[in-house]
Amino acid sequence: MPNDILATFTVRRLTILNENGNVDDALMPVLSETEIRRMYELMILTRTFDERAQALQREGRLGTYPSTLGQEAAQIGSALALHHSDWVFPSFREMGVQLTLGYPIHRLLQYWSGDERGQVSPENFNIFPMCLSVGTHIPHAVGAAMAARYRRDPVVVVAYFGDGATSKGDFHEGFNLAGVFRLPVVFICQNNQWAISVPLKGQTASASLAQKAIGFGFEGVQVDGNDVFAVHRAATEAIEKARSGGGATFIECLTYRMADHTTADDASRYRSPDDVAIWRAKDPIMRLERFMDLRGMLKDGYVEQTKTFATSTIDEAVRTMEAIPPPLTAEMFDHTCAVLNPRQVRQREGG
Amino acid sequence: MTSTSEMTYRDALNMALREEMSRDPSVVVWGEDVALYEGAFKVTRGLLAEFGEERIKDTPISENTIVGVAVGAAMGGLRPVAELMTVNFALLAMDQIVNHMAKIRSMFGGQTFLPMVVRMPGGGGSQLAAQHSQSLESYFMHCPGLHIAYPSTPADAKGLLKSAIRDNNPVIFLEHELLYNSTGEVPNDPEFLVPFGQANVIRSGTDVTIVAYARMTILALQAAADLEKEGISCEIVDLRTFSPLDTETIIESARKTGRAVVVEECWRTAGLGGDIAHRIHEACFDTLLAPVKRVAGLDVPMPYSRKIEKICIPRAETIADAVREVVSRKY
Ligand SMILES: Cc1ncc(C[n+]2csc(CCOP(=O)(O)OP(=O)(O)O)c2C)c(N)n1
Ligand SMILES: [Mg+2]
Repeated sequence: MPNDILATFTVRRLTILNENGNVDDALMPVLSETEIRRMYELMILTRTFDERAQALQREGRLGTYPSTLGQEAAQIGSALALHHSDWVFPSFREMGVQLTLGYPIHRLLQYWSGDERGQVSPENFNIFPMCLSVGTHIPHAVGAAMAARYRRDPVVVVAYFGDGATSKGDFHEGFNLAGVFRLPVVFICQNNQWAISVPLKGQTASASLAQKAIGFGFEGVQVDGNDVFAVHRAATEAIEKARSGGGATFIECLTYRMADHTTADDASRYRSPDDVAIWRAKDPIMRLERFMDLRGMLKDGYVEQTKTFATSTIDEAVRTMEAIPPPLTAEMFDHTCAVLNPRQVRQREGG
Repeated sequence: MTSTSEMTYRDALNMALREEMSRDPSVVVWGEDVALYEGAFKVTRGLLAEFGEERIKDTPISENTIVGVAVGAAMGGLRPVAELMTVNFALLAMDQIVNHMAKIRSMFGGQTFLPMVVRMPGGGGSQLAAQHSQSLESYFMHCPGLHIAYPSTPADAKGLLKSAIRDNNPVIFLEHELLYNSTGEVPNDPEFLVPFGQANVIRSGTDVTIVAYARMTILALQAAADLEKEGISCEIVDLRTFSPLDTETIIESARKTGRAVVVEECWRTAGLGGDIAHRIHEACFDTLLAPVKRVAGLDVPMPYSRKIEKICIPRAETIADAVREVVSRKY
């Protein structure tokens, strides 16, 4: 028949934890109380880091800074599904991922203070430098997955990016190649619904971002990005699938950018406070707190202790960061290339 | 007497866009965050309100395609003015710029014009680190087929952008991020145009010619003021456009002074200053009193740290030092 249906597709959306703190038991991942506390503590740490970073920026002690506010569940829920040896290619708004993986906090602050030495990953961390060009690291992640596959190294590669990055050729070309070669890569998009002043509908006419994966021959799933359990479940499944040879997955975490694009922006010029208020009521930390409260996990001043501990951890990191001497002029040449040419040698010496 | 108003470089660009859009309904403006947000540097302020959504459009984050659709639309009868958020993202559009925008007219045997402009803010000094602080003018100048402007003053910003929009050639229009707030007198005349290919001798002098452009011109003026106190008289040639390049004005000045310093913000190695210095050497070899000296950016990725970033970009002091060197040279 000339008019047969060739294929039909479905796109899943996963939610486990609702705004009242109740979970769908059938979907709830198996997590110990300790693991759940760890999720909560990391989300608080991330938010505390974020508040402090914004305050430091206002005081002129940090440069322009992009807030992670509201995106804690998407970041912590997914990063906790990684093995320490897995490779992570972040964009510029994944401080929650870096904190979860144990990246030194003072180095994150050092980077945002305007010092790229903060990007030097400590030994045994497979976290790549933040990518400030939108979406251009997606091919890098795909290439790293090709290398891992070739070396028979059972790592999974995860790339984080925003909704705006899905308009880039890098996204489409990287996804396509990951599909063709069935690579061990997981793409995690934090769809915070804004790319500076452009809302999602200015970026795509597609009903979801998740469904874009279908065209490349692998699965895409949308999860409630403010539901740490849903994110964690989807990420764990995708990562284990990739590790066992099942190829790529695309996870769209539907969330919201609660703050301005960066400290250099004023979002009130282009979006209504009512929209922001709707999303404030879906706050990821509040949801987890309600869940924990229903299970009696917040007793004995736990919330206050967690916050106090986070604050003192960040205080300590700020002190360490501010004690780092500024880079020397010659240092900027040192890593320009493995061997400097004679002209660069003269320039390094000030000649 | 033509009337002028004092305004910023930003407002002068805005005035040019506004006037050309009013004059010619085929002029449209597209780019990332150019509509409601009014551009990353607010150059498109007020245009959405005045000209509406059909003419001022926010695009998705797709630089290669932003330039590509401008190429298509220019062939389709519009005069698109595309904005790339910064020059750094033009690297993502290099195929469209170099392989298409610059070549289509030639490949079609002149059958089609490409009346389009790609505007892009750039330059270093804003502490934006290696990937967001670049000066890529030499990359564009290297490619035949493109017209390229880089204004240093608000008046030139207006006059050159208007010429660029009216030009039937594809134009790369560079704007310096640190000049947006600089002010100057700008003619109010909606027919005020600054032609491409005419450098501007913005200071006349007798001892040395400083060839500069955009922010480097401002630094050269500061250096010249200091050098004057030492009895060194500098003539400054502001290039205004790299293509066409006004070689005649450069050479005429270098012949007169017998010495030249070429200042460029981009990396020294294979930078446009080398080409300009060579043109001077070739044309003025017999009359030069010293080899032409170049002042350029250091050959490193721009550091993030404010303290060392400064060292990577020419400063008034480094320009003055270069001038002192060529002036004191004995033969
Ligand atoms: C290739 C490129 N184009 C433009 C920019 C300027 N820019 C920086 S962030 C941004 C928006 C990114 O939006 P999204 O991908 O949704 O990430 P979010 O900021 O929401 O985390 C833009 C356009 C850039 N950094 N890189
Ligand atoms: Mg976004």
